[in-house]
Order: sequence, then C-alpha cells, then structure tokens
Amino acid sequence: MPLPRLIPCLDVAGGRVVKGVRFQELRDVGDPVELGEAYSEAGADELVFLDIAATVEERETLVYLVRRVAARLAIPFTVGGGVRSIVDAEALLEAGADKVAVNSAALAQPELLTALAERLGSQAVVLAIDATGGEVRSHAGSRVAGRRASEWAREGEARGAGEILLTSIDADGTRDGYDLSLTRDVASLVSVPVIASGGAGSAAHVAAALEVAQAALLASILHENPARLAELRTELRGLGVPLRDAA
Amino acid sequence: MRVAVCEYGAGNVRSVLVACERLGADARATGDPDEVARADLAILPGVGSARSAMQGLAARGLDDALRERVAVGRPTLGICLGLQLALEWSDEDGGVRGLALLNGRAARLQQGRVPRIGWARVEPGGEEFYFAHSFVADTPAATATSEGIVAIAEGDGFLGVQFHPEKSGRAGARFLERCLSPA
Repeated sequence: MPLPRLIPCLDVAGGRVVKGVRFQELRDVGDPVELGEAYSEAGADELVFLDIAATVEERETLVYLVRRVAARLAIPFTVGGGVRSIVDAEALLEAGADKVAVNSAALAQPELLTALAERLGSQAVVLAIDATGGEVRSHAGSRVAGRRASEWAREGEARGAGEILLTSIDADGTRDGYDLSLTRDVASLVSVPVIASGGAGSAAHVAAALEVAQAALLASILHENPARLAELRTELRGLGVPLRDAA
Repeated sequence: MRVAVCEYGAGNVRSVLVACERLGADARATGDPDEVARADLAILPGVGSARSAMQGLAARGLDDALRERVAVGRPTLGICLGLQLALEWSDEDGGVRGLALLNGRAARLQQGRVPRIGWARVEPGGEEFYFAHSFVADTPAATATSEGIVAIAEGDGFLGVQFHPEKSGRAGARFLERCLSPA
C-alpha cells in the first residue's frame, strides 16, 4: 500500500481562502495559491480546495483559481463544491486539477459518477459523503438523503468513484477525534481508498484515523498555518506513522 | 530543448507542461504528428481509459508519430497511462491494442485498494513518487519497481513511468530534470 496521506483542506469562495462559523460570517484569510504552496512546502501529500460558495457565477472564478494553483503546485489536488456535470468536472481537470469531488449532485443523479469515471478515469473521481449517525446528508449537511453512508459508499464505488472522502458531521469541528466507527464501517465495505474527515484535534487522532483510512483530511487543526502541518508530521512520525520524505 | 507534450483528449496536459516550463524547457502541448515526431523530447501523458486514449492518438496520427520517433531512438517519455499505452496490449476496456513500443501488457491491479493512490517508494533509488492507477505494466523492460509493481520500464528511446513526476514534488522535479537534460 502507498504511504498514508495528509491532506490539508482549504475552503475557498470568490477565489480567496475563507473561514467562518456560518456562511454569513466568512472571513478572508488569504490567497489559496500562496497558502497551498506553503502547505506543499510543509509536506502536504495532496490538497483539497472546497468551493463553499459553489454558485453558478462562481464557476469561472474557480476555474481561474485552479489554473493558478496548477501553475505553482507540484503535488496533486482535488477540487470540490458545486460540481454538477461532466462539463463542470472537465473544466476543472483541464485547468489542472487532478481530481474532482462530487457530493450532492451524485446523490441526486448517481449515474453522474459512472459518466465521470468513463470520461476522466476513476482515479479522478472522488465521492464526498457527509454523514451523521451513519446517515447521509446532502447540501452541506442541511438535507436528509435517506441513505446509509456505508451503502452509499459501496454504490458509489460500484458506479465508478475512485476514492471516498468521508466527513462525519458529528465529529466535524469538535476536535475530539475522527469518527472511527463510521470510517471503519465504510473502509471495510469498499476497496477504493478512504479519506477520513472531521474531528482532528491532535496527532494521536490523525494517527488513529490512518489506522483505518488511507488518508486524513486536515482542516481546523491546521488553523491555516503551514507550520502546524510541519509540526504535525514530526509528531506523527514520533507515533510511528510512516510519512513520505518531502525533501 | 524543444519538448512536445502530446495533446489527444486524455489527461492532465497542463500539469506536465508547467512542470517542464518550470525546469526551463520550451514545452508545447500539441496534437500535430510532425511536431511530435521532430521534438527533442516527446511526452505522452495520460489519465483515463486505454481505449479512448488509443482512439485519441490514432485520430490525430500521433500513434505513428510516436512509433516513428521511437524507431529512430528519439527520447520519448510515457507517464502513467502513457506507459501502459506503450505496451503491446492492455486488458482495460475488454482489451485494447497498444503502441507496442515496449514488449508486455497492462493488467488490472490485483492487490491492495484499487485505484492505487498515493506516494510510494521506487527502487532502485529509494525516492518517493505519486501514483494513481488501476492497471499496471507486466513487461520484461521493467527497470524499477514500487511495492513489487513496475514503476519504470525502458526500451530504445522510450522511457515509461507509472508514477506522475509532474505531481511528485521535489523528487518528481529531479526526475524530470534528468529526462530534460540531453544525454
């Protein structure tokens, strides 16, 4: 198996990195290209850019951002948020993204996963699942999708998704650790890689997640601070987690 | 050095292009067979499926252009699917005839989680590169492996890598720099 991966996640809107408790309180915290590059220098294995505004008007801004990121970064990156069609996905890949993450659009139209995989290859198609109590939610957690996360992950894999990005809404933002039972349930049912997301508060949490998943998404634990990623890598190595040599 | 990056509707041409430009190469994305045949270095990138990729190459006459340059020993680099297409055959999509620049075939990965995604060590050398693939080369031309999987295969003029040097940080840049420096 390849080495476990650490994947910083950057929330973007209007071409900037933003941060906020609710959509109304978004605060500009920097340039995605600069922050992405700093994370890459600090040893990130991949990056995820999540467009949290995800409006139709936003698409062009996002494609332009992806172009700038691709011109500067030499590590893989995924773009998610508002990907609704093959046209959306192709525009992002053509601009230099390596993968697209789909969430609500795949729930509304599961055959989108198959179409994307046929067109782009499974390795470029990430199925993002948000779950609470093992049940899937769509539209940034606001709507009940009426499916079990483990079943949806399995169906997504069968339809062509090449990775599962699994976010526990219950654990998200708590900093009490990843939802290991949810992650274990999903990882044991699918044979594609699983990225655990939500709840990281310490290196021990990340190490525990990497025992059951192939990658860990890092958001609030990093505080948009690349130096924290470098520290975390050192701490994880101390805990015996094999990470790549980024030098 | 003039580098022609094959553009044929399959794959992340832009990342390969910017990686070459970063290293000071005069790189162009092109679907023109003459340009591909004559460049100092031709790069065949590729993600996606073998069948549509072969169709894309054939539709532009790039299959013959690549065969032509490899036959006279002009340096050609295949990346990921670009390595698999260089073989005689791929099991993908029910079976696809390849460019036959190297002996061997591409077969579906049988072990571990598939797609195999992430950084893994390549031996000899011991450096870590980024992989993202579901098929793997089975070829006597292999010159380096990663976890028992063919990572690099070489023939006269052709060098194929299963990993993505353009996405492999510093190790990838060092690798590409070696490809870009005249022998």
